[in-house]
Amino acid sequence: MSETVRRTAAELAEALAAGDVTSTDLTEAHLDRIEAVDGAVHAFLHVDRDGALAQAAESDARRSRGEARGVLDGVPIAVKDVLTTRGLPTTCGSRILEGWVPPYDATVVTRLRDAGLPILGKTNMDEFAMGSSTEHSAYGPTRNPWDLDRIPGGSGGGSAAAVAAFEAPLAIGTDTGGSIRQPGAVTGTVGVKPTYGGVSRYGLVALANSLDQAGPVTRTVLDAAMLHDVIGGHDPRDSTSIQQEWPSFTEAARAGAAGDMTGVRVGVITELAGDGWQRGVMARFDESVELLVRAGAEVVEVSCPSFVHALATYYLILPAEASSNLAKFDAMRYGLRVVPEGDPSAEEVMRATRDAGFGDEVKRRIILGTYALSSGYYDAYYGQAQKIRTLISRDFDAAFAQVDVLVSPTAPTTAFRLGEKLDDPMAMYLNDLATIPANLAGVPGISIPNGLAEEDGLPSGFQVLAPALADDRVYRVGAALEALHTAAWGGPLLDKAPELAGAATPEGSR
Amino acid sequence: MPEISRDEVAHLAMLARIDLSDAELDHLAPQLSVILDSVASINGVAGDDVPPTSHAIPLTNVFREDVVVPGLTAEEALSGAPAVEDQRFSVPRILGEEA
Repeated sequence: MSETVRRTAAELAEALAAGDVTSTDLTEAHLDRIEAVDGAVHAFLHVDRDGALAQAAESDARRSRGEARGVLDGVPIAVKDVLTTRGLPTTCGSRILEGWVPPYDATVVTRLRDAGLPILGKTNMDEFAMGSSTEHSAYGPTRNPWDLDRIPGGSGGGSAAAVAAFEAPLAIGTDTGGSIRQPGAVTGTVGVKPTYGGVSRYGLVALANSLDQAGPVTRTVLDAAMLHDVIGGHDPRDSTSIQQEWPSFTEAARAGAAGDMTGVRVGVITELAGDGWQRGVMARFDESVELLVRAGAEVVEVSCPSFVHALATYYLILPAEASSNLAKFDAMRYGLRVVPEGDPSAEEVMRATRDAGFGDEVKRRIILGTYALSSGYYDAYYGQAQKIRTLISRDFDAAFAQVDVLVSPTAPTTAFRLGEKLDDPMAMYLNDLATIPANLAGVPGISIPNGLAEEDGLPSGFQVLAPALADDRVYRVGAALEALHTAAWGGPLLDKAPELAGAATPEGSR
Repeated sequence: MPEISRDEVAHLAMLARIDLSDAELDHLAPQLSVILDSVASINGVAGDDVPPTSHAIPLTNVFREDVVVPGLTAEEALSGAPAVEDQRFSVPRILGEEA
């Protein structure tokens, strides 16, 4: 493997600034890596070789004129296929959008382009971000680079696998109930869900608009912070975008990397442990907490009693919002149109198109949402779920009155085998147990790799949650724990991942 | 907890404008019952005194500056349409056959 692709985005940015490498070199290195390994991993739905190289050449020209647009100018990135990209296909992992080329860019994509990051391609995902394994993609699953027979998490398994397999130094994900953080946990990578409203949702094809949030998918906390600084901030095109100045997350990550946690109050969430949590995941979690204590953190246990209802609440609110959002796929203005025989009406065309264009999980959730919103059930289901959402926010408020950050394992288990939970929706949903409360309350969260579970040798993740607007804390604490772990391991966790077959490059190439 | 019947799923599918085949109804109806059974646990958890939350970070009266910004051209807006006629979306007939 080329050494270039193993370097972090921060290192690549430094090398670009020093003139040691060009954006064209490193964009080509990543495109070559994609060519070598993506047949096995299937992280990408679309690779834009020509576009990425053209953007890289522009970046190099800017830099040679002394006009680099920012530190990440020239560092390539992969984008989850749920964000619209002008001129590049955007499918959301669905047949209903097969071949659709949006006429506009999502704000996140505009900001990436403005900052000069070449876009390598679009990454695979569960259809419309519904799932925890990327197996619900209409274009076939992504495989976990640690074990190709296992899931890479979901819905953003493509973005997580792309950075884990060194196909991209950076990626964008979206997190509605854990779709950035859970894939991070099971692939040994870093993922951040910002505060709701911290990153624009304009051009993010909505799953559940009160929960969705785009964020960084990377291999290090510093890289995530640098990317967050590029994509975050107020956008007048998103009415839920928060209008305020944000602190530098890069600085927060750099400060945290010193590893000093003196005076930081850390709360371990009582409800996110116990039965159903894998032994090795809990062992790694306890070890991470111990590292924080030794670094000076003050650790206490904090109870958030309403969290036990978070999963049920989420699986009412999400389908309700999703069933409304997906009503726009009506076969009239864009996307698939299936015309039954005879002289069908518009409604018959709609029904046939939505049957052919949506997969199983999407149908399940649309019907569930339709049920939860129907008269007679609205109060018992959707109304009740919205009230419990209030209780969950109150639990967070009470907890953050006592501690600066809350911590838990990111996911209850390591990566399971492909196919294992495909026909058992409830078993699949349980993967999001620890990540969902943050979406319901809008608070920011990070998952960082914290070791391998003894019983299967697969990565586990450590989640840090902070109060709304205090995203800098997840970077500070995340960077500290990452530094402590990396020192103990003698290098990044991904050094322990197996070499991917077919990935060998000739001696001396690059 | 009320079971969700196959007929109810068929009705909901009609409301959601999805043509489900018999095989799909057989497959989905029992799965939906299991999911509904699990989410029904929230019944009665929050009392009448708890206000509902629709957005966790509420904002009110959000306006943008009242300035003209370019939108999509007609050509761009129609670029993904399944059928186009005279610079318009071309759609199947809206009314029933008896109309």
